[in-house]
Amino acid sequence: MKSIFFPLNPYRELPDDFEERYESVYVTPPNDELCDPERAAQFYNWTLDEYEAASRLGFDGLGINEHHQNAYGYFNSPNLFAAALARRTEETAIVLLGNTLALYDPALRVAEDLAVLDTISGGRIVAGMPVGTPMDTAFVYGVTPTKVRPRFHEARDMIVQAWTRPGPFAYNGRFMKLRYVNPWPKPLQKPHPPIWLAGGASLETFELAAENDYAYNFLNFNGYQFAKDTMKLFWDTVADRGKDDNPYRAGFFQQIVVADTDAEAERLYLEHVQYFYRKCMHIPPYMVAPPGYISKRSADFQMRRSAAAQTVREAVVEGKWSNYVDNGIVIAGSPETVADQLIEGIKDLRIGHLMASLQIGSMSHELTLRNLTLFAEKVMPKLRGIWGDDWEDHWWPSGAGVPEQATAGIGA
Amino acid sequence: MKIEEQTMAIDGTPFTARVAIAGGGAPLIYLHGPTGHAWTPLHERLAERFTVHAPLHPGWESLDDLDHLDSVADLVLYYVDILDRYGIERASLVGHSVGGMVAAEIAAARPDRVERLALVAPWGLWRDDEPTADFWGQPPERLATALWSDPSGEAALANAPVREPEAMLSAYLANSAAAHFTWPIPDNNLRRRLHRVVAPTLLVWGQDDGIVPLSYADDFVELLPDASSIVLEGGAHNVHLERADVVADAILDHLASAAVGA
Repeated sequence: MKSIFFPLNPYRELPDDFEERYESVYVTPPNDELCDPERAAQFYNWTLDEYEAASRLGFDGLGINEHHQNAYGYFNSPNLFAAALARRTEETAIVLLGNTLALYDPALRVAEDLAVLDTISGGRIVAGMPVGTPMDTAFVYGVTPTKVRPRFHEARDMIVQAWTRPGPFAYNGRFMKLRYVNPWPKPLQKPHPPIWLAGGASLETFELAAENDYAYNFLNFNGYQFAKDTMKLFWDTVADRGKDDNPYRAGFFQQIVVADTDAEAERLYLEHVQYFYRKCMHIPPYMVAPPGYISKRSADFQMRRSAAAQTVREAVVEGKWSNYVDNGIVIAGSPETVADQLIEGIKDLRIGHLMASLQIGSMSHELTLRNLTLFAEKVMPKLRGIWGDDWEDHWWPSGAGVPEQATAGIGA
Repeated sequence: MKIEEQTMAIDGTPFTARVAIAGGGAPLIYLHGPTGHAWTPLHERLAERFTVHAPLHPGWESLDDLDHLDSVADLVLYYVDILDRYGIERASLVGHSVGGMVAAEIAAARPDRVERLALVAPWGLWRDDEPTADFWGQPPERLATALWSDPSGEAALANAPVREPEAMLSAYLANSAAAHFTWPIPDNNLRRRLHRVVAPTLLVWGQDDGIVPLSYADDFVELLPDASSIVLEGGAHNVHLERADVVADAILDHLASAAVGA
């Protein structure tokens, strides 16, 4: 079982009345009013320090995602942060979940950037390939919704060819017309860095992962209890394609806050959890569903499953600690409480990669370091042995080392 | 009035066209707006004098069809193929909103196939000083005031979105097709091609249009060789529904010379 520190890099000081005054946390929050470059720089550097702390504390991986014009996560280009971390860490895997392929035409730049990162990191790169949110793709980058997936597929195809075929060769795609594909260098890992997909549960993404043996990561903010149906559908799809149920095929994002006691967790973290769900999830419905972004089949499917979203909305309105914790939206409490729930969730969802979200909303640097440390020292060791020696992680970068604490795992 | 719903494969393409047909007389092609196809009172009035063909924009069956239509030029050929399939040499075109943009594109690409043209609040132009509204980027209540002069009036209520899965899915597909050709800015350089239109053209605008500003009517009139415009009170972007009878009168007047020749 691998634990990946996965912060979102939010703007940590949005105004108290943000969600009343502004339309959205994403796409349109006016930069001059809300984003002070000096504060933004402080938050970036705190996040980078938190990554480095996580590496020292023995996390298996550091996860970096990609969002645009987004106050809950403004990494923009994950490759910039991966480059910094490649130089400042030595053993830890660098899990990129960008790049959002449909945004880059030609996507040759993505093939190049990841190859460069793979070489200078010594083969520690995971090549995440998310389809991307509608906000990032359709609204910010102006990609026609019906062309997001076709562009994604074409870019993925071209990048894999660029990494595996001898160059130069010609690539004649629907969108990309490249006479000479010949990136210098190719990645260090052979045949190429592991490819992880990431998504919010589209049927097509499950099928793509199963058919190509890509790892799949279910990234949403509703917590493990609401993810059970979705992950069951993923595993059914894997079984349908005649593939084994190696848990390392799957990953999941979970908000986690640890304190000395359950009561202290509420006292320390409630305001930050509220900040996240009230302000950072303040996205109008029309931005989430531009026409043509999902297929007819997935549209039909999604129109029938909105129960989880409803419960989360109610939790946000009420905003009580129990709303978040009882529904597993946030796993919170003493190390024992957190470990028990995480073990249950990991087994239920059958995941080998935990995207541990340990910096939530407005959490300060100091509080984040405390959360990281408690998790790494008192929770992570209990997770490591969950899958025993039964399964090999074929989706882990070959150049990543084994963290020092790995042997301390006591199983579950 | 009897409306016949036809589907037909278009030879040599992956597409199946779906067309509603009613009325009698010279052919008239009606091209619908972004929210989809409905047989409206305007269709009814037009069908009293013309044989109205109302095709759905492609993608109505599966969004995969849109993968074969990369540009507006491809879309124009899709409709020219439909004209050919019906053996229609020349037709008058009426289009609303994104359908108005498509009608103008067809008339510019194939002026020989278009008798007369009526465009109701057409998309297709862009002005930096007065941008069109983002049709898919605003809350339902703001969209309602862009579409209707009276958002709680009879026409608005009669055309309110239906919360029924099949209708929702069909509206989703129609919106997707419209967005396919116009996202994120409905400007495919139509401005450069309007000079090619030969058909006399009527522009119809609702005074309260919150999607395409009134000034765009003047731009169309200026760019088209033979065009005039009318602006109607008590109508917004959906003026063809809110002022259906007045819009029908104006369009029928404009098309009259073509009807006589039929």
